[in-house]
Amino acid sequence: MAEGWDSGTKETVRKIPLLTVNAGPRDKDQWTKRLKEELQALIKYIQINKSTDSDWFTITSNKEGTHWSGKCWYIHELIKYEFDFEFDIPATYPTTAPEIKIPSLDGKTAKMYRGGAICLTVHFKPLWAKNSPHFGIGHAMCLGLAPWMAAEIPHLVESGVITSDS
Amino acid sequence: MVDAALTANIRREVSKLQADIDALQTNDVRLSAEKLQHQLEKLNDQLGSLSTLAPQRSTEQDGEKLQDGNNQQNAQHVRPKVKEMSAEVVDSNPYSRLMALQRMGIVKDYQRIREKTIAVVGIGGVGSVAAEMLTRCGIGRLLLYDYDKVELANMNRLFFRPKQAGMTKTEAAAQTLRGINPDVAIESFTMNITTLQGFDAFKASISDGDGTSRVDLVLSCVDNYEARMTINQVCLEMEQTWMESGVSEDAVSGHIQVVIPGETACFACVPPLVVASGIDERTLKREGVCAASLPTTMGIIAGLLVQNTLKYLLNFGQVTRYLGYSSLTDFFPTMDIKPNPGCSNRLCPKLQAAFQRRYNSEEAVAARSAAAAAAADADAESATHEDNDWGIQVVSDAGPAAASGTGTAGQQSGLAQGLQYSLPVASMDLRDLQREAVEDSTEDVDDLMSQLQALNAQK
Repeated sequence: MAEGWDSGTKETVRKIPLLTVNAGPRDKDQWTKRLKEELQALIKYIQINKSTDSDWFTITSNKEGTHWSGKCWYIHELIKYEFDFEFDIPATYPTTAPEIKIPSLDGKTAKMYRGGAICLTVHFKPLWAKNSPHFGIGHAMCLGLAPWMAAEIPHLVESGVITSDS
Repeated sequence: MVDAALTANIRREVSKLQADIDALQTNDVRLSAEKLQHQLEKLNDQLGSLSTLAPQRSTEQDGEKLQDGNNQQNAQHVRPKVKEMSAEVVDSNPYSRLMALQRMGIVKDYQRIREKTIAVVGIGGVGSVAAEMLTRCGIGRLLLYDYDKVELANMNRLFFRPKQAGMTKTEAAAQTLRGINPDVAIESFTMNITTLQGFDAFKASISDGDGTSRVDLVLSCVDNYEARMTINQVCLEMEQTWMESGVSEDAVSGHIQVVIPGETACFACVPPLVVASGIDERTLKREGVCAASLPTTMGIIAGLLVQNTLKYLLNFGQVTRYLGYSSLTDFFPTMDIKPNPGCSNRLCPKLQAAFQRRYNSEEAVAARSAAAAAAADADAESATHEDNDWGIQVVSDAGPAAASGTGTAGQQSGLAQGLQYSLPVASMDLRDLQREAVEDSTEDVDDLMSQLQALNAQK
């Protein structure tokens, strides 16, 4: 299933710690434990990115850890393209993955559902299902949003849909 | 007289607005079109209430004029509500053909359909057609759920019309369905059920005051795994039977599946089961689109879904637990999917145990043997033929049951021919998990959130 992934992504995702608490935001106490694990894994992932000079997003959440947002960027031909992203933790998390949205690109690419949710069906969803409930937000960023940007941003730039100052 | 003048006035406005809308069907002016559409609906409602007050005033001539005015939703054609379903065979009886099912001995007491409530989640290519079928069958109450709007890109499917573009699917569907059959009580819910708030709102909407379900069946006509899992969870919590439906992304196959909490596999017991298309995923061209769709496949799946629903609601024929449809080969695989004792959903195994207790109780065993005896008697009576020149005999064609619960890759082999799982089974090596899991931390959520913030700020 993971044949299509580049070796860098595969290497990185292995370093993101796995989560052990199988709980979503509807499981009150257990969710706090899960949220702690989510934050630990994310911190580790961002530290890895910074140490390898491949930092590519910032992220923050509401107090309950149910709504997340931040900035993500992608460098194409030496120019940095930056976007706001956001997602909610779904009621059936972690059985189902969060739907990451880039609202500013809504309607600009076919690889997106209405409302700006990026299309992750083919590559990401099977991986999430296979590793559920041990994958978390960090894995969704690494295996969902990052490859989507790597595939879509160059295409959007070359077709003139986005420019460096937009 | 005053009413007539008012009616004529409103009609003039309606035709004028309709002309405006027809002139405005481009994306840039979608908003103004929506506004006009709303005004149009309001006026149509007024017109509707006027004509219910004075039905004798609507002459046939008026009706024709309105049709010329391109107004098919026209209130003049809305029939009054019917108190009792009649079996009388006259052109004006909307239920005569349905009540004939009773006369022919297919269904006992067809009128029971009026006591039934169905929730249709997802009013797209399958859900809208399913809702129309149920409406035409005279279902008692329909609950419609969707968060999307009608778009011109939906016009390759059935049900919605171009002039409904921009309306919410629930609102547009409710409008059309009320026009088709005013006897059906329709409630529409414009919301996304997968969010935390949506989940609670959806659950509350199908609950009675005391927390039990007020619907007889939930029909899942959604197009994504997340929404199906949400329906699964709500229905497990409510112990509510539901039917799943789906059409493949390449539009050439589909399926329906019955989920009875505790008795059949729930949607989390085994990965979603779909019809094998015979097309290699990697050769499937996906450039520029997420999914293809055909009105044929969607209409067929809606038909299979509602047929199974009618059989379930009115107790006739056999309710198929899983039915697939492959359009390329005209192949319809069926099977039963057994519940998985190791289901990852925490509630499902408890419901399975409760079902087993009920199933094996003395009363249930006695009831089953009595039913079997009665069926055998009926068989003996009906199946004796004087002659059998062609040597026709009845053979069993029960499909295989999935061997679930093993959680291994070998699971696929237990499936009926032509079916496959659309997602892999959750499988993580325990040693990997122990080695790579997050370490215990004494820091609390607030500490960790601050650390994350600090990382965000750091260049």
